[in-house]
Amino acid sequence: MQVKVKINGKEYQDDVEPRMLLVHFIREKARLTGTHIGCDTGNCGACTVLFNGRTIKSCLMLAVQANGAEIMTIEGLSTNGLHPIQDAFLEKFGFQCGYCTSGMILSAYVLLQSNPQPTDHEIREALEGNLCMCTGYQQIVESISYAATKMKEAGK
Amino acid sequence: MIPSKFDYYSPATLQEALSLLSEYGDDAKVLAGGQSLVSLLKLRLASPRCLVDLGSIGNLSYIHEDGADNLLIGAMTRYAEIAESKLIAEKCPLLRQTALVVGDVQVRNRGTLGGSLAHADPAGDMPAAILALKADLKATGPKRDRWIKSEDFFLGMYATALEANEILTEVRVPVLNDRQSAYLKAARRPSDFAMVGIAVCLKRAKNGTCEDVGLGVTGITDKPYRPQHVEAKLRGQKLDPAAIGAVAQSITEGIDVNGNIHASPEFRAHLAGVYLSRAIQAAIGS
Repeated sequence: MQVKVKINGKEYQDDVEPRMLLVHFIREKARLTGTHIGCDTGNCGACTVLFNGRTIKSCLMLAVQANGAEIMTIEGLSTNGLHPIQDAFLEKFGFQCGYCTSGMILSAYVLLQSNPQPTDHEIREALEGNLCMCTGYQQIVESISYAATKMKEAGK
Repeated sequence: MIPSKFDYYSPATLQEALSLLSEYGDDAKVLAGGQSLVSLLKLRLASPRCLVDLGSIGNLSYIHEDGADNLLIGAMTRYAEIAESKLIAEKCPLLRQTALVVGDVQVRNRGTLGGSLAHADPAGDMPAAILALKADLKATGPKRDRWIKSEDFFLGMYATALEANEILTEVRVPVLNDRQSAYLKAARRPSDFAMVGIAVCLKRAKNGTCEDVGLGVTGITDKPYRPQHVEAKLRGQKLDPAAIGAVAQSITEGIDVNGNIHASPEFRAHLAGVYLSRAIQAAIGS
């Protein structure tokens, strides 16, 4: 079945089985491997991508359902070096193994769009669909809070 | 995990979707937001021969008033849209309160009201709210539409009053003025399914007693239910903690309470009473 999706501004078209999951399309057809497969059961959020501007779990969607959609993955976050949220994760030790990081950062990105100065509690609520098995939540929250401050200073 | 093979259809109209269901019968599954069904497909707990995706049917996602004191909500309206809707916040806050605690952000961005109801998970959140609101559900079949009362809709575990050739297309919620409401759930993590979930839609008389109340209960047994015997006991009562506590524990009366590793039947029944008390207090404070 033909599927055409725009990922990070670039169009990808392929003939896929209807049962192919969106996350497999992103990783194996578009070869964008920054989107991870963690639990594969819709719990962990490692496969989070932006689907028409909202975060979704790409392991809970068929590729055919995404036909005609616009998707943004972690690779599309910044075309010019690292995004301030990525910088903040580096600076504040927001990851250990890094497996959950792309999902965490995309959830943070959407949060900061609608709420540029979130409280720690709001950050934690926005990350409820993203699990970190290294249990580094404290640093993740600090990273996002730090990114919010930096982005405000930079007027972004 | 990869689903087993199926034929996939993405009809552009409801009529086409209904013909596919008539053709495939029980071998077809309707795909809405997919937040439950795609998981079941991957685990191969569901292996339908045909999947009918409602995603391309344009007119199934809306929230508006019908001019007769009802809100009409299209079955494909997503939780996030319900949570963000000003009309819902104003006319039916219980739906907003419930939509806000379904799953997590990503699930709320994809999952739909109709999907949740038609899937009929025994621990789903939206069914509790729909029961407490005494909403009606529109089943569209090949020949006609019919309205099903929410209390008649849930038949058992993942089983509803929908026929194999019908699609749940709309939910009709009465706009009730002067109501206070709350949905509270006990879950191991906020994004988990409810061990117990209680929806309350309350009208208090001027003297503070309960004039009318609608309740919805989820997570307890094989289906979400409306404990009408508790509603009857609450009507006319003073709503102080002692009075609420006196009737709260009867919420599981006559109900076969589930047990699992997270909560034994005894504990779950206890939780149900405690959460009913808390949900009523939360509604009063809302």
